[in-house]
Amino acid sequence: MYGKGILKGLSVTWKRFWDTYLDDISWWVRGKKRYYTTEGVAHRSSKDARGIFTVQYPEEQLIQPEEFRFVPFLVFDGNEENKEVRCTSCGICAKVCPPQCIWIVRTNDPNTGKPVPQPAEFYVDMDICMNCGFCAEYCPFDAIKMDHEFAIASYDRNVYNLEKLLKPASYYAEIRPLNYNKEEEARKAKEAAKAAKAAAATQAA
Amino acid sequence: MEEHKEENKYEGLNLPNYNIPEDIQNVVSITTIDRLYNWGRRWSVWPLMFGLACCAIEMIAAQTARYDMARFGMEVMRPTPRQADMMLVSGTVTKKMLPSIIRLYNQMPEPKYVVAMGACASSGGPFKEGYNVVAGIDKFLPVDVYIPGCPPTPQALIAGMMKLQEKIDKQSIKKVRWYEKGKNDSNYVPMPILGPDLIDVRRNAEYKEAAAKKEGAA
Amino acid sequence: MTAPASTQTVDLVARFPDSVTADTRPGFSGFIVKKENLVEVATAIRDEFGFDLLSSVTGVDYLAENMMEVVYHVHRTTGGPGLVFKTQVERVDPVEVPSLYSVWVGADFQEREAWDLLGIKFTGHPDLRRILMWEGFEGHPLRKDYKEGFFEEETKPFKSRWPDGHHNYVEFKNPYRDNLIFPEGFDPDNYTPKNEDDLYFSLERSSMKKAEGDLNTDHIVVNMGPHHPSTHGVLRVAVELNGETITSLKPVMGYLHRNHEKIGERNTYLQIMPYTDRLDYFNSMANNFGYAIAVEKLMNIPVAERAEYIRVIMAELSRIQNHFIFIGMLINDLGSMYTPSLYAFEERELILDIFEAVSGARMMCNYFRFGGVVRDIPADVLQKIKDLVFDRLPAKIDEMERFLNENEVLVGRLKGVHVLNAEEAIRHSVTGPVLRAAGVPYDLRRADPYSVYDRFDFDVAVRHNGDMYDNYLIRFDEMRQSLRILEQALKQIPEGPINSQKPQYQVRVPAGESYGRIESPKGELAYYLVSNGKPNPYRYHVRAPSFINLTAVETMCKGVKIADFVALLAMFDIVMGEVDR
Repeated sequence: MYGKGILKGLSVTWKRFWDTYLDDISWWVRGKKRYYTTEGVAHRSSKDARGIFTVQYPEEQLIQPEEFRFVPFLVFDGNEENKEVRCTSCGICAKVCPPQCIWIVRTNDPNTGKPVPQPAEFYVDMDICMNCGFCAEYCPFDAIKMDHEFAIASYDRNVYNLEKLLKPASYYAEIRPLNYNKEEEARKAKEAAKAAKAAAATQAA
Repeated sequence: MEEHKEENKYEGLNLPNYNIPEDIQNVVSITTIDRLYNWGRRWSVWPLMFGLACCAIEMIAAQTARYDMARFGMEVMRPTPRQADMMLVSGTVTKKMLPSIIRLYNQMPEPKYVVAMGACASSGGPFKEGYNVVAGIDKFLPVDVYIPGCPPTPQALIAGMMKLQEKIDKQSIKKVRWYEKGKNDSNYVPMPILGPDLIDVRRNAEYKEAAAKKEGAA
Repeated sequence: MTAPASTQTVDLVARFPDSVTADTRPGFSGFIVKKENLVEVATAIRDEFGFDLLSSVTGVDYLAENMMEVVYHVHRTTGGPGLVFKTQVERVDPVEVPSLYSVWVGADFQEREAWDLLGIKFTGHPDLRRILMWEGFEGHPLRKDYKEGFFEEETKPFKSRWPDGHHNYVEFKNPYRDNLIFPEGFDPDNYTPKNEDDLYFSLERSSMKKAEGDLNTDHIVVNMGPHHPSTHGVLRVAVELNGETITSLKPVMGYLHRNHEKIGERNTYLQIMPYTDRLDYFNSMANNFGYAIAVEKLMNIPVAERAEYIRVIMAELSRIQNHFIFIGMLINDLGSMYTPSLYAFEERELILDIFEAVSGARMMCNYFRFGGVVRDIPADVLQKIKDLVFDRLPAKIDEMERFLNENEVLVGRLKGVHVLNAEEAIRHSVTGPVLRAAGVPYDLRRADPYSVYDRFDFDVAVRHNGDMYDNYLIRFDEMRQSLRILEQALKQIPEGPINSQKPQYQVRVPAGESYGRIESPKGELAYYLVSNGKPNPYRYHVRAPSFINLTAVETMCKGVKIADFVALLAMFDIVMGEVDR
């Protein structure tokens, strides 16, 4: 029969149409909120997603996985008044960056002229950055990390300087808890090993 | 605090209970019309159906069910520039493509906006050093919003669109360029020429000078 | 499927003792053919040795040796390893090499590209124009002595970035304050740009050679694109029409030519990885895969067992989402806007969620490293992949089929519209689903297995009519086979490390050449690398399936209606990032 295929296809859209309401009703019957809740968004991103698929950004947001990366930022320990920048200006991120969008000026000791492990200036040209994540991946000091913040559109070009790049370690711990804990543990283990070695050395002496 | 005030200069004017200074009292009706005018425009920005590269795919994704730009009145992608309000430069602008982009832009009626989506459109991005790449569409067109990212996720794109809406809100019907008298298209961009390299005809004199200097140096 | 031919070694030197020598440079392989005998030897390679598919043609500029080399990679559609032969010419201006257009039509675009970017003139090529840059452009950019406007240093990393890296726009270094170079004494005021007559004269102009008894109709030339909703990006096609029937057409590309290869030759090996994401931006996982294989071949390192499985899982998920989008976009091109593509994008989003969770980005994954992958799949994400593969995707593919397959309008548009037959497809070096829909079971996962594909039980999807409907259905077959592979891979995936190497940002690559190829969703994706032992590749070439498939578009579309042309173009599933690179 001519038109059977079209009807078959329409049955799919028809089912999808009703799914929209059925899913809403089933959530309502169970007394749960389908919209504007983390649970609701998680359900819409799962294998059982049916009905309305839309995530109503900006009222609600997709659940970002820990590894999500947008643009880089620099981590500092300590507090706002006394920032201990983790970066030692070793330059690995600038070397590994594929589009070469990282600029670093190393600090030199004014008296001796020798380099100090701290960046004097640090720039990332966000309009060149390709969000590849190499800088964070290869940083040996866990000093540069990829941000989760994506709503950074502006009315001008974006070249971030040190001040704009710095974010506290607590923020980093918040967006990437698993990575943060792993790194902290590794660091503690390293320090413990160092202390043990030092203790052993003094004992031997 | 002072800065904050400056930023919201126009928004403040539109508040009904705003204490209106004497010298602008006779434009009160216009600011109220502004509110209506901008409200209408901000919820019906029709983009040009125009994709260049990777970012175009995220632009399409932003139009589909999950992000649904229709919620912002931006779902009506017009393939013809004559019906479009906004050009979303979504991807790498190459020298070979540039004349077509300029032609499309010149064909768009006012009011028109340009959004540079992604690193490539903003400044050439990772491909900036390439011999066929234009280092940012803002060298030719007036860009209203820059969205960093490579590519910006659909949510980042929507955040950029909201930034554009904010910009629209701040415009006043009295000041906008498209109602100014006696001016013919102030935003007209002359077509660049594809010669031995890309020739921006507005800069011919500069090129000549630079070429002469180079010869002198050599 | 693997032919006995795979074990048989080809000895070209014995066959042509006078004109062929073996390539004995360390790390290199294949044969060097004298330029005068090139066509003769190539014909023998095709007819006597059975290498019917020309995979890639590219040039290498050996500036120090004052030599240009043209490299040909040929394969058998019955499977087995390929053959590489080269011809070397002195680097004079112009460099001339006989064209192999008469042997393999698939050389058409690739020779034009070599002419455009390297300035190698192929004598006997019927239509040797620039292909990626415009006519009138000064210079051949892939030559080693070409320096572009924003040239900073020969290789990355640039020294200006560290330790004294004050931010500086590169514009200030160029005398023209922009990405420009002009020839000496150039006067923009008195310059007349070259017009596009060459392009229009290359069309057949059959209006001039009207046959007896034809109506006195005029032919018109229509330019479709580069801004056109149905050309899948910025492709432009100059079409000559008789009424609504296409009499001749020429694709014009380069509107998204992003100088991938030039930038690649400046990057370190690792830095190229994120750039490959941006080739075929629907399938960054597949692009990573091919490039990783090419470099691993060159470095001669193993890949961690678990990583092999992760790679296969990612590549197959990528294929599924690509084919979903293909179907959605095809229906869009046929005029039924939105609904099917909205459904397709839903499934794509769920797959992209997985990519985002493992790699950090939805589209530009940058997930593969030499010897493995960046990071392990978290347990919850693995569970999510299983949910999709075992639960959701099979049902959704069925739903898509129920939705569209029997739709009378769709069947009416697609059925019986001829795309390509097997012979035409092979002659034009077409690979991927289009070749398989024409009845040639050529799938690299079987024909020349890479990674761990030889461990899985799956069929090569083949259809035999070669019309659009078959081309459409084969996408469903391939998705089903991908699911089969995924199911097995998810069951077999072993525990263990995910990289055989230590993470390092600068890898040591010995001198030599390699050709790594994989079956990307669009066809045979291959990378040709030449290393001279330095941290940057000496030559980096991408054999892009979309680009080479387009060679056949002229043959395919002659005599069809212009409305079908849009759908025919959709069959190739081209992505401009890969076509123009």
